Amino acid sequence: MIEFRGIHRRFQVGDQLVRALDDVTLTIADGEYVSIMGPSGSGKSTLLNVVGLLDRPTEGRYLLDGRETTELDDDALADVRARRIGFIFQSFHLVPRLTAFENVELPMVLAGQARSARRARTDEVLAALSLTDRGHHRPDQLSGGQRQRVAIARAMVMRPTVLLADEPTGNLDHASGAEVLAALESLNSGGISLIVVTHDDEVAARSRRQVRMRDGRVVHDAPTPGAAG
Amino acid sequence: MRAGDLLHLASESLLRARLRSAMMLVATAIGVAAVVVLTSLGEGARRYVTGEFQALGTDLLIVLPGRSETTGVQPGLFAGETPRDLTLGDARALLRIPGVERIAPLVVGSAPVSTAGLTREVPVVGTNSDFYYVRNLSMGQGRFLPPGELERDMAVCVIGSKVASELFPQRAAVGASVRIGDRRFRVIGVLGDSGRAVGFDLQELVIIPVSSAQQIFNSESLFRILIQAGDHDAIPRTRTAVLETIRARHQGEEDVTVITQDAVLATFNRIFTALTLTLAGIASISLAVAGILIMNVMLVAVSQRTAEVGLLKALGARGRQITALFLAEAIMLSVAGALAGLVVGHAANIVIGRLYPALPVGAPAWAVVLAMVIAVASGVVFGLLPARRAARLDPVVALAGRR
Repeated sequence: MIEFRGIHRRFQVGDQLVRALDDVTLTIADGEYVSIMGPSGSGKSTLLNVVGLLDRPTEGRYLLDGRETTELDDDALADVRARRIGFIFQSFHLVPRLTAFENVELPMVLAGQARSARRARTDEVLAALSLTDRGHHRPDQLSGGQRQRVAIARAMVMRPTVLLADEPTGNLDHASGAEVLAALESLNSGGISLIVVTHDDEVAARSRRQVRMRDGRVVHDAPTPGAAG
Repeated sequence: MRAGDLLHLASESLLRARLRSAMMLVATAIGVAAVVVLTSLGEGARRYVTGEFQALGTDLLIVLPGRSETTGVQPGLFAGETPRDLTLGDARALLRIPGVERIAPLVVGSAPVSTAGLTREVPVVGTNSDFYYVRNLSMGQGRFLPPGELERDMAVCVIGSKVASELFPQRAAVGASVRIGDRRFRVIGVLGDSGRAVGFDLQELVIIPVSSAQQIFNSESLFRILIQAGDHDAIPRTRTAVLETIRARHQGEEDVTVITQDAVLATFNRIFTALTLTLAGIASISLAVAGILIMNVMLVAVSQRTAEVGLLKALGARGRQITALFLAEAIMLSVAGALAGLVVGHAANIVIGRLYPALPVGAPAWAVVLAMVIAVASGVVFGLLPARRAARLDPVVALAGRR
């Protein structure tokens, strides 16, 4: 459960105070599939960063599964990110010198897990994303869709409860984008909360709840018309 | 993160940026190799010189005319006095001191040596038969000067091998006669090349009886008196006795200097150790420069891998894990560079050893340890700043690839 209570995020840019998030109150239940939309500069990426504990709110309370996060130090935030949150980025953010297998197992390496456990889990997620035969390829040897599926595999390898996807299909052709969305939705149907930031109405239309932002505020928050459940 | 995984990730990064890694590795290797080679040369010079002296035996005392430790101006010198010469009488008196085993008085000069139309200017040493033992000489052919009274003027000489080959290119030197100055001598031996004689080139030397040398050079005074004590423990006692004997013979004046072999060795050791330390210090500067290069290159690496740092943070890496990752890269490079430098340094030592076989080159253990420690320490110290800078990056800013 994600609970934002009166969250503000302000930046000082030169002489100007930018209100990236302005009194955002939002609750996302476990297993929800939410799309966040809005024009550039509306605050949707900042919202995703605060949800993902990459950024701290200037003001307000953020409870993750009932636990206050704004008081946590950097190491504690890193631990929560490692165990609870998976990130998927528009530009994939794969480490170019590592193979697909090594990229996927990287969160487990950082968590200090044993090699045998890592190998089994990495093989499992690569197979789930139909990437078994691509494990030894480096990112530059993979297509865009394959790279994003590697990124999804990496995001889910630690069994997070929340997946945060920032324009996950933004760099992909239509067919690859559909494959990636199908993979994400499959994970969501397994019980993982899925929050997708997108400009694409088609992508948003596949979610079950749409949040629209403008000038750092939530201006629309409603179930997607025609969405099941 | 496990240590093995840390090293794996760090090595992957280093292998990916081969040129950058090679530059840093070479910089460290040059520094370490410089320390190894320069300290080897200093240590080699020390071992060569002390070896030469030790080969003479450590039970040696050298008596020189004049007092080296006198400071100020002796009142007597204003009256026109000079330090008294060492004479054969002094040498004979010293031989009577208990504990003195051998005495070799020395007269040194240069004179033309000729035979059968060939003439060569050579250093001439006037001494006695004990010189052979005191200086651990060896004979190539014939024999050394025969024993006898110091004043006995024998017309025999012993010549160096080079002098023999140049003056007697077609015939045997031993048994032939040569003219030294205005006197004729019979060659009774040719020196071998393996003997030791610091200060003399044995191959170009002519040795004649001391009284003959005094006549040729028209001087009663001796250049030095070499004394071999019976045993090492007797040296301080012998030294005191020598000074007392000379004082008694020189009207109460202690106008000679007695140097012991140990004192000479200790002085040379001090000088060459200081030289080696200086060389090590100079070479260590290059290691510090290598460290600064590592820091600069690592700072560039951090700026190039900002997005990667952001990703690692998003995946749950703690700040100290990021620090450890970059620090491991710097340390691995330093260690690899240091090992490469050791190999290069030792290879250079082998080459120097082949080019100059007389010089016992070899880096002292402390220099090798010092070079390794400084190299690795510079990796740690200069790698720490870039590593901590990476660890402090804001994850959101870093993920955007900005610094």
